[in-house]
Amino acid sequence: MKPALFAYVAPQSVEEALELLASDEMARPLAGGQSLIPTMNFRIAAPSALVDLRRIGALNGHAVEGDVIRVGAMTRQRDLERDEAVQRANPLIAEVLGNVAHIVIRNRGTVGGSIAHADAAAELPCMLVATGGTVVARRAGGERTIAAEDFFLFHMTTALEAVELLTEVRIPALPPHTGYAFQEVARRHGDYALAGVCALVTLKDGVCSAVRLAACGVASKPTRLAEAEAALLGAPPEGEALARAAEAARDYATAADDRQASTDYRRDLASALVRRTVTKAADRARERA
Amino acid sequence: MEKTITVTVNGTAYTRTVPLRLLLVDFIRDECGLTGTHIGCTYEGRCGACTVQIEGRAHKSCMKLAVQADGKEITTIEGLGSRDNLHRLQQAFSRYHALQCGFCTSGILMNAVDFLNENINPSEAEVRRALVGNLCRCTGYSHIVEAILAASATRHGLKPVPPPAETEPPP
Ligand SMILES: Cc1cc2nc3c(=O)[nH]c(=O)nc-3n(C[C@H](O)[C@H](O)[C@H](O)COP(=O)(O)OP(=O)(O)OC[C@H]3O[C@@H](n4cnc5c(N)ncnc54)[C@H](O)[C@@H]3O)c2cc1C
Repeated sequence: MKPALFAYVAPQSVEEALELLASDEMARPLAGGQSLIPTMNFRIAAPSALVDLRRIGALNGHAVEGDVIRVGAMTRQRDLERDEAVQRANPLIAEVLGNVAHIVIRNRGTVGGSIAHADAAAELPCMLVATGGTVVARRAGGERTIAAEDFFLFHMTTALEAVELLTEVRIPALPPHTGYAFQEVARRHGDYALAGVCALVTLKDGVCSAVRLAACGVASKPTRLAEAEAALLGAPPEGEALARAAEAARDYATAADDRQASTDYRRDLASALVRRTVTKAADRARERA
Repeated sequence: MEKTITVTVNGTAYTRTVPLRLLLVDFIRDECGLTGTHIGCTYEGRCGACTVQIEGRAHKSCMKLAVQADGKEITTIEGLGSRDNLHRLQQAFSRYHALQCGFCTSGILMNAVDFLNENINPSEAEVRRALVGNLCRCTGYSHIVEAILAASATRHGLKPVPPPAETEPPP
């Protein structure tokens, strides 16, 4: 199919874009279009107007500043993935991005677009929850910072209001003594995850002094696996503690049976992926030490 | 709900007044008359047959509006090589029998050219990964992968895996 009729504007500044969004509640921002245009082609979405963000220079670019990586909303996923300074500051980002769709999509898809789209199976939102990142939202006359865990509310639903623009994503750098891993199971490489897990494991004297685990694809939004984290804290990242963490992860898989997988299968995946990612993250933490 | 835009395709500037909802792939095919860019799925970015290069990067032209390409430079399969002067990758595709019906081929070539520009010496696994967004329903991909690896090898002066031997057609 082809999209329904809409108006199209490509403003040059965030202020102009915000004004346009405020004047028409059915208007939508257009970023890379890699989710929005196909949904319009299917007529699942029929915005009255598209506010194309491509000419707004202020939304472009990214920088490592101390222990935070600041990413402009319109940064292309592929550009972030290939940036060496970003890879040094937090190699988890490139590992996660390698699983987002395929290169041609990442050439166009933006970081802000993926976060704002907030698919429950998407990898980047899961990474933002795992790392404890934040999202910057601007509206006419104001700006607020929202923690990732408060930002994602439900599948394709976020704390952003229609009059707000996501302007920046802030991702913490990898803390010292910390290993990372992301793994997912999908029907084919490049598909959204049936289940994916992001792990950050900090080791001190052989035991976990900090653990952060988040999963995508298993619930209605990217989810912190708090009980699994608790099982590992203060223990070595293996043996009984790892078994308890893997067991605890099962209960976070709540997505109903769908054409691709049953809830039971997703429970198994969550558990297996926690085992694999924690083990890999712990290995990497030891390598870094 | 129309806009006048200028898009440069294969070095030629096309100025057209188009509906805002016109997709770039339809602009290329219907306004520029360049029908080597194909449509294989329902405009959802699955099949990759519409892949073109925008400012040198591979993009799927079904997920972009023509108005978004205003002022941009685009290369389609027609701009990659000519019958007498095939691009290195086109030559490899021909030698390695990397196509059968040919419907997906232009999209795969436009993707692979960008991929090889970015990946100096890719592994077979990397080539296969790079092709997940391009559906081919004839070849089973083996010859496509071999052709791309061969094109990469010849660029570095390496000796590629030889192409399949020419066989006599069955009587
Ligand atoms: C074949 C295919 C496979 C894919 N596979 C995956 C996958 O495996 N994993 C995955 O995560 N994604 C996948 N995607 C989606 C892809 O990652 C998209 O790039 C991404 O979800 C959206 O980014 P975008 O820049 O294209 O946003 P758009 O499509 O332009 O926008 C998406 C939504 O976010 C809103 N939006 C965009 N930017 C802003 C902003 N700055 N402020 C407020 N709202 C904004 C838009 O209004 C729209 O509602 C796939 C896409 C395709 C076509």
